[in-house]
Order: sequence, then structure tokens, then C-alpha cells
Amino acid sequence: MFRGFIARAGIIGILVVSVAVLSVLSPHFLTVNNLTNILLQVAITTIIGVGMTFVILTGGIDLSVGAIVALAIVVMAVVHKALAPMEFGVFQWPIVIGLPMLLALLTGTLTGLVNGVMVARARVPAFIMTLGMMSMARGGAYIVSDNQTISVFPDGLTFLGDGRVGGIPMLIIASLVIVAFAAWVLGRTIFGRYVYALGGNRVALRLSGVNAARVEMSVYAISGLACGIASIALLGRLNVAQPVAGFGYELDAIAAVIIGGTSIFGGEGKVANTLLGALLVGIIRNGLNLLNVSPNVQLLAIGSIIVAAVFLDKLRDSARA
Amino acid sequence: MLEKATPLVELQHIKLAFGGIHAVDDVSIDLYPGEVVGIVGHNGAGKSCLIKVLSGAYQRDEGKILIEGKEATINNPRDAKAYGIETIYQTLAVADNVDAAANLFLGRELKTGWGTLDDVAMEAETRKIMGRLNPNFERFKTPVVALSGGQRQSVAIARAIYFNARILIMDEPTAALGPQETQQVGELIRQLKADGIGIFLISHDIHDVFDLSDRVAVMKNGRMVGTARTEDVTKDEVLGMIILGKCPPAAVPGPGAIVDA
Ligand SMILES: Nc1ncnc2c1ncn2[C@@H]1O[C@H](COP(=O)(O)OP(=O)(O)OP(=O)(O)O)[C@@H](O)[C@H]1O
Ligand SMILES: [Mg+2]
Repeated sequence: MFRGFIARAGIIGILVVSVAVLSVLSPHFLTVNNLTNILLQVAITTIIGVGMTFVILTGGIDLSVGAIVALAIVVMAVVHKALAPMEFGVFQWPIVIGLPMLLALLTGTLTGLVNGVMVARARVPAFIMTLGMMSMARGGAYIVSDNQTISVFPDGLTFLGDGRVGGIPMLIIASLVIVAFAAWVLGRTIFGRYVYALGGNRVALRLSGVNAARVEMSVYAISGLACGIASIALLGRLNVAQPVAGFGYELDAIAAVIIGGTSIFGGEGKVANTLLGALLVGIIRNGLNLLNVSPNVQLLAIGSIIVAAVFLDKLRDSARA
Repeated sequence: MLEKATPLVELQHIKLAFGGIHAVDDVSIDLYPGEVVGIVGHNGAGKSCLIKVLSGAYQRDEGKILIEGKEATINNPRDAKAYGIETIYQTLAVADNVDAAANLFLGRELKTGWGTLDDVAMEAETRKIMGRLNPNFERFKTPVVALSGGQRQSVAIARAIYFNARILIMDEPTAALGPQETQQVGELIRQLKADGIGIFLISHDIHDVFDLSDRVAVMKNGRMVGTARTEDVTKDEVLGMIILGKCPPAAVPGPGAIVDA
């Protein structure tokens, strides 16, 4: 029960220290521009991390998130570019802007659902299924985009990633709303209770008369939906859609969830802490950039942090058993 | 006297195999309202498998299940619960990471007017029923992983009796309980029996079985050795059924009985 609290206090402590150290080491760190930049990148990691939290709470894993972002973003871009020159009268906006966005969400959700069906019904291990999907969705993204970079989109399509409401970036507002909604689903709804119970004891959930497979399928679909939302945000932020988009995002999302104190073994964790985990990953990445640490060393650092976080989690678990 | 009424449950010629292992082989057994039937047998005799067929946890390969004389469709735990069949599993089957109330209501959560979880009401109900079952139980907000074996067991028992079962299956319900709690469960079984509930009681404690059961059914190697009214047989005779598969004259032999001249 204290796990969430300790995790939160711990991460907030590390966050404060990192911010202090980086402010001293780099004059560029504590600028409005840089901080906004961090928050925008963190927002995308957070959105994907929210979906990942659902999956990891059930004891699963989703390695395909980065590739799903890529597939969704190119589907959206290609459909938009195909429709943009046409005339739809009063339906211009819904068809040219709305439909591509909807398709991004659908692409993400359906791809996630395929993961879910194979994991929950065909009992393919989540690790293998989503590893395979990582390759399939990435391949799909190259095929759909014909290996091209697509760029320059109208304001409506970029609003989520680029727009501001009352001076605050829309993306930051959206990510906070998503975290709050996810926290409500996990904490207050019956579905949320089943997500935790599935991670705790799958058999007990099934023997209680709950359709455990359906719960398991849903979490992968949710993860896919989160990738769809993230793809809309990413398109807006960069004003570019590429089949290589989202490369390596699974690493940051998993790191955010695990650093946020959610157990990789399932059943324990809080989605609000995923936000803190994403913040920490974002700040570390940004700090390493500012300090001119090479991207290769950054990979090394993030990878070690994930392993260390899981190791600590394992220590905590065996200390209890 | 009971024999004339329609049985609450009839399991007919149930078969269940795992690969080449015949866990349950042509077993028939019945249960009347207000009756306790003890099911005994050595380890691996097929007792748990038999009752899991009734509780919907396993799907039988062959055989029929009748509830109050009508053929019942039981393919999963949800179906069984719809017939008023509640089960305390030998493995308890609790979700360790959530608290007693969440386990008690798992799959049947109480909802607020908004359709969200009503944790307050669920905790209040849990306090009520635990007060009856295990008055010393205090740890309502702790994940059940932190509870003792006996406390976890009382959560599993509470879950089975809370929803007004008509048919209760108890697979080793007192295995982890102290003498006082065991006595309380015995008391509870008598109470439920008086309410007309039919109970299948699986236990390795032959004294408990004789104390609480109206009839005893003996399984050996997946087969039914026989059933007998507890008042008609001695403990030694039942032990003979368990160990040797020998059916005494007062028992009704099943397909698993050794027939000797
Ligand atoms: N899921 C399973 N897969 C394969 N074999 C199983 C499975 N469950 C039970 N068995 C086998 O079926 C047989 C009957 O097991 P069961 O659990 O019903 O025994 P039991 O009478 O309940 O024993 P105990 O007194 O030890 O609880 C055993 O040989 C067991 O190994
Ligand atoms: Mg058993």
C-alpha cells in the first residue's frame, strides 16, 4: 500500500535533485524554452506510458508502441494528403481533418487489439506478440508511406501537438487530462479493479466469473489507442510524418512506467506516477543532450535505469516474500 | 426421508482427462437440499477435479449435470454462479494484491449511482460478514497477500457464503485454520445446512467429515468407490474404502469399488 507513496516521494526527490544539478551544470537548462520543450516531449511519453501502465499492471508488456505510433502517423498523413485537394463543401473540415485523426485512433486501437487477441485468446506470450507487432507495424508504416516523409499540415491537424489554450500548450493539457482520466478508470471503475486483479491472480479473476481474457484484450487496445493519440500529437509537434517516427518510444514508455513504481510483474502501481517517471526520463534525456553526451551513451543510460528499476522492484518483492 | 425429494444436484457419469490421465472417470454423485456430502480420498484421487467440473472451472469431457432435476449448462464459473453454486477452492483463488472487500466482491462489485465502484459499501458489507465469520479480523484495507493463511481462508469462505449460495462447494475449507476457527466453520456449515443449502465438503480430516456430513463419498484413482450414510458406516470402513477401494455392505458401491467374493 505504501509502495505508491514511496515511489512518488522517491521520484520527486530524484527529480528535484536532477533539476538542481542540471541548472548548475548548464545555463540553458532552466529556460522557458527548454522546459517547454521537455514538457512537450514528456507529454508524448506520458500518453504512451498511460497505455503501457494498463498493460504492465496486468503483468504484460507492449513493445510495439513506437511502431504503432509510426503506422498511425503515416496512415493519418497519407489519408489527409489524399483528401486535401478535394472539395467536400460544408464537410470539408470533418473529412479532411477529422477523418484522418479518427483513422489514426482506429489504426492504433485495432493494432493494439490484434496484440490483445493473440495474447489473451491465442496465449502467445506478450513479449513475443508485441515484438512481432513492432516489426509488422513498422513494416506497415514503410509500406503505407511508400518510404516517404510527408510534411506540412494545416492547423486543425496540428492543434493537439502545436496549439495553445490560454497560452498553455494543448498537448500538456491533454496529457494531464489523459492521466487524470486513466487514474479514474483504474481507481474507481470495475474495469480498473479487474486490471489490477488480473495482474494479481489471473486464475482467481476467472474463477470469480469474470471474462479475464476480455480484460486482457482491452488493455492492449487501450495501449494502441494511446499510441494513436500520441501519433496525432507527434504529427502536430513536428509537422512531419515519417515511417521512422516513434523509434525507440517503447523504451521511454516502459522506463516511465517502471520508474513510476509500477511492478513489472503486474498488479501494483499508480498511473499518476507514470507521469513522474516520464518527467524524470525526459529531464535525464534533455540534460544529457545539453551536456553534449552522445546519443549512444544516452541509450546506455536509459537502458541501465530500466534494469536498475526492475532490479530494485525485484529486491522489494523478494524482501517481502 | 430425503430420498424422495428431487436432488439439488446430480452429477452423472462425469469424465475429465488431462492428456492420458483420467482425473475423473465415470463419477456419479448427488446432493439434496440441506444435506452435507463429504467427499474423501487419497491425494490425487480426483476430488478437486470433480468439484471443479461442477463449479465451472473445468469443462467436463463427458457426463451430465442436473440441477433440481433439470439439465444444466455449466461451461464456466459464471454459469455455475448463476445456478447459485459457490465454491471455496483448495487454492483459495484470491487476488493477493487487492484487499478483502475487493476479493469478496470480485466479479460482483457494488456500484454507486454513477456506475463506479462503491468501495464504502463493499467494505461495510465485508465488515458485517467477517464479523460473523472471524470476529478477530481487522485488516480490511490490506492486500490479502499480507494476511495469514487462516485470514485468507476466511476471506474465501466469506466470498462463497455472502451471495446466498444454494449449493456450496468447500474444498479443504479448514486446511489453514486454527482449532477455534475450524470449530466456527463447523458451526457455519450446520447453520447453512439448516437453511436448506446443499454442501459438498472435501476434507482429509475423517473426524470432521463424520461430524458434519450426512453422507460420505469415497474416490480412488479418479473413480467412485462408493457412497454411504455416515451413520451406517464406521471410520475404519471408510478408511478401507479410501485405501483399498473395498466397499462395506452398508455402502452403495460405485464403478471404482473392488468387487470381492
Ligand atoms: N490442471 C491439471 N493438469 C493436469 N493434470 C491435472 C490437473 N489438475 C489435476 N490433475 C491431475 O488429476 C488428478 C486428480 O487431481 P485432483 O486435484 O482432483 O486430486 P485431489 O483428490 O483433489 O487431491 P488432493 O487431496 O491432493 O487435493 C491428479 O492425478 C492430478 O495430477
Ligand atoms: Mg484437491
